Amino acid sequence: MDYNEIPAYSPKDFKSDQYVRWCPGCGDHAVLNSLHKAMAQLGIKPCETAVISGIGCSSRLPYYMNTYGFHTIHGRGSAIASGLKIANPELSVWQITGDGDCLAIGGNHFIHIIRRNLNVKILLLNNKIYGLTKGQYSPTSDKGFVSKSSPYGTVEEPFRPGELTIGARGNFFARTIDVDLKMSVDMMVEAGKHKGAAVVEILQNCVIFNDNIYDSVLNKEVKDDKTIFLKHGEPMIFGKNKDKGLVLDGFDLKVVTIGKNGITEKDILVHDATCADNILHYKLATMGGDLPLALGVIRAYSSPTYEEELEKQIKEVQAKRPARTLKEYLLSGETWEVK
Amino acid sequence: MKVKVPEKIVIRFSGDSGDGMQLAGSIFSNLSAVFGNEISTFPDYPAEIRAPQGTLSGVSGFQVHLGSKKVLTPGDKTDVLVAMNPAALKVNATTLNKDSVVIIDSDSFKENDLKKAGFKTDNPFGELGLTSVQVIDAAISSMVKAGLTDSGLDNKSQLRCKNMFALGLTCWLLNRPLEYAFEMLQNKFSKKEQILKANLKALTDGYNYGHNIHASISTYRIEPVIAEKGIYTDVQGNKATALGLIAAAEKAGLKLFLGSYPITPATEILQELSARKDLGVKAVQAEDEIAGICFAIGASFAGNLAATSTSGPGLALKSEAIGLAVMAELPLVVVDVQRGGPSTGMPTKTEQADLYQALYGRNGESPVVVMAATTPTDCFESAFTASKIALEHLTPVILLTDGFLANGSSAWKIPDLENYPEIRPPYVTPEMKEGWKPYFRNAETLTRYWAIPGMPDFMHRIGGLEKDYQTSAISTDPLNHRKMVEIRQSKIDKIADEIPDLEIYGDESSDLLVVGWGGTYGHLYSAVEQLLSEGKKVAFTHFKYINPLPKNTSDILPKFKKVVVCELNNGQLAGYLRGKVPGANILQYNKIQGQPFTVNELTDCFTHLMEE
Repeated sequence: MDYNEIPAYSPKDFKSDQYVRWCPGCGDHAVLNSLHKAMAQLGIKPCETAVISGIGCSSRLPYYMNTYGFHTIHGRGSAIASGLKIANPELSVWQITGDGDCLAIGGNHFIHIIRRNLNVKILLLNNKIYGLTKGQYSPTSDKGFVSKSSPYGTVEEPFRPGELTIGARGNFFARTIDVDLKMSVDMMVEAGKHKGAAVVEILQNCVIFNDNIYDSVLNKEVKDDKTIFLKHGEPMIFGKNKDKGLVLDGFDLKVVTIGKNGITEKDILVHDATCADNILHYKLATMGGDLPLALGVIRAYSSPTYEEELEKQIKEVQAKRPARTLKEYLLSGETWEVK
Repeated sequence: MKVKVPEKIVIRFSGDSGDGMQLAGSIFSNLSAVFGNEISTFPDYPAEIRAPQGTLSGVSGFQVHLGSKKVLTPGDKTDVLVAMNPAALKVNATTLNKDSVVIIDSDSFKENDLKKAGFKTDNPFGELGLTSVQVIDAAISSMVKAGLTDSGLDNKSQLRCKNMFALGLTCWLLNRPLEYAFEMLQNKFSKKEQILKANLKALTDGYNYGHNIHASISTYRIEPVIAEKGIYTDVQGNKATALGLIAAAEKAGLKLFLGSYPITPATEILQELSARKDLGVKAVQAEDEIAGICFAIGASFAGNLAATSTSGPGLALKSEAIGLAVMAELPLVVVDVQRGGPSTGMPTKTEQADLYQALYGRNGESPVVVMAATTPTDCFESAFTASKIALEHLTPVILLTDGFLANGSSAWKIPDLENYPEIRPPYVTPEMKEGWKPYFRNAETLTRYWAIPGMPDFMHRIGGLEKDYQTSAISTDPLNHRKMVEIRQSKIDKIADEIPDLEIYGDESSDLLVVGWGGTYGHLYSAVEQLLSEGKKVAFTHFKYINPLPKNTSDILPKFKKVVVCELNNGQLAGYLRGKVPGANILQYNKIQGQPFTVNELTDCFTHLMEE
């Protein structure tokens, strides 16, 4: 498909008539708007699109789409999306999931859909909290996080979605911010264009139970210095004054300042999202602390999908075996005749 | 030489896991079927993959029941036993008939072999109290080696042909021609000429040995049955289940999808369907049981005939997803090949203890159709019907089979799908598109209409949350919930209109009605048949449809003074029927040993109940 054509659809073609019931100020509203726009931009037909979710606040999203939609059970969105996609590879299949649905109860299905590389787009709305059950910690909550179910702080390490995606041999990982509509639309479009399982982590704010959880990185004062937007083929430069960059120091990434200690732009790493080797992608996806949080497409390596490999295998077997009906198959086996 | 002509005979091939008894047994059963006998077989594998050689836990057996009339079970007691070692003799000693013929390989009955099987003397038959059996004491190993000295095979490969010698000897004993065995071996070893020749030689040597010993033992002849004309094959229950799903998909014009996870004793369904890519089947081995069913639900949403196959522990894991399919009203076939439970239980042994789980094992008011297959070949019919009901009523159907049916086999006439009913799912039609909602229903069947992703104009959202009867939007309205619960129940209840009535076999005026369900059909039928032939007054009916029940259930059961419900569990159907059929005097006969019924114990029980 040529994505530069004038889109045949507008965002409103993807809106359903249902009243949106998320809390006022919830980041999910922005994600929904971005998705309507991204789908219109991708030019996929609403009737050939299916949006699958599990359970949680974000998993209500399919009801607000004028596409085919299935609001399933907790944690199983990836598995149901897998079956749907294998059964009909022509459909554009999107999974909407949250940090609990995807990484706690659904962790097993999440790593396996990635490992199999099904061409499903997974939007992971990460608010680091259980919202629908009113405020318990999630598998992405930072160690020590105080919540209703961890009144003295958690004593466990969190999952990092990018690390898990790449660890499960994922070939597409992007990160965006709920309220940054342009970036979110771009990331969803990139995910949509990628062939294979694509995970977009959306840093999402829960205004009721975990308000401003990303504030230390994303508030206007610090955001430019604490985040970096990665773009394939461009140097990894960030900062308010666009003077900071990333270099490799031994095995580690390091922040340097352009113009200091003889550093020039030429010394700065250039982002290659499409290379097969995932070691640097892993490092970029897990940055934090002294290193800026990475936004944008971190990895986008194209490889064969499960459903196309399966279709190929069916064709290969059929080329060798002539039976196409049950009877033909049975008669080709061991039989005897009673006359 | 004397030839006995019994109506039925039970032959058991038994030896070490590596002795090739399954092959010998299956060739023998197939050639008997070709000869025209009724057959029923049951393989009995050890639970361990490779148990120590010569020990009791390593014994692998294959039982064949042949008859010149209807044969419905693999048989209670053995008339002919092939025991390749002392352990095989010991394991099968209690199921031998008094005047059985026992063929042994005397080369494997040496001091050390006897010790491995726990014998204390050099007279194993005496130790086991087998004083009246007739023994054919053949030095099979040395005769096989002697016959194959020029074969070019090494010692070990020569000895692998022992099973064919034993098969040849058995064919002599049963007056069976060898031609068909030749043909089967030729197909099996078509690319290994040396091995083929050696097997044919051992087979012939075994046969000739029988001829030449001039044993005082009489041989047997089982006359052929006049079978229905047609082309036949031998089929095991699990394979028949897989084929029934394929048949239904073909009849409905849909793709077949299986989402599954390996579990004993259901795995062969996944394996058979994985191999059927020639027929376009998509069978996916998922990451776990829950994923297996969820893949299937996704495929069902996509418009496939979708199924999942499992056993008891897997069904437990799938229960939430079955509830989703109930709520989303999607077609789904769930095959539960029951095994001994609870928990991991006895994976390789049979039981019928998942009935309550199938009926009730979900949260909320969550009715599904529950059916049970009755024989290995009925697994085909049942899988077809389960698929038809699922597709036409947009509901999950749980099909219960069991380890006994799954591994048992019998001859099966290859079906002509033209003779099977059409399958017509309630698809949306283009004229419905104005104002259509996903939970709009057919007023008569209460089934919703099926719109499939990809269809223009029917985009819709379904899910596990309660929906409004009118608008199909999410609803927590109290009265709407009550209405929807009732509709989902009525939708299932109405399926009773389409299922056949219970049939009574035997004497309708008798005091005793024998009742069974699922895989015990063969044993129950055979027991009642035997009593009837002795002039006793007894009747029998068997449930294949359990939810909903056949409509005449509550007419039939109360008519009898005593109703004995026979099950391989602690009384689950009995409990269910007590709740559903008021006025019936329901008694129980239960066996919970991981083993099928024996005809003998059933006739004892029924005789006792008749005399009481």
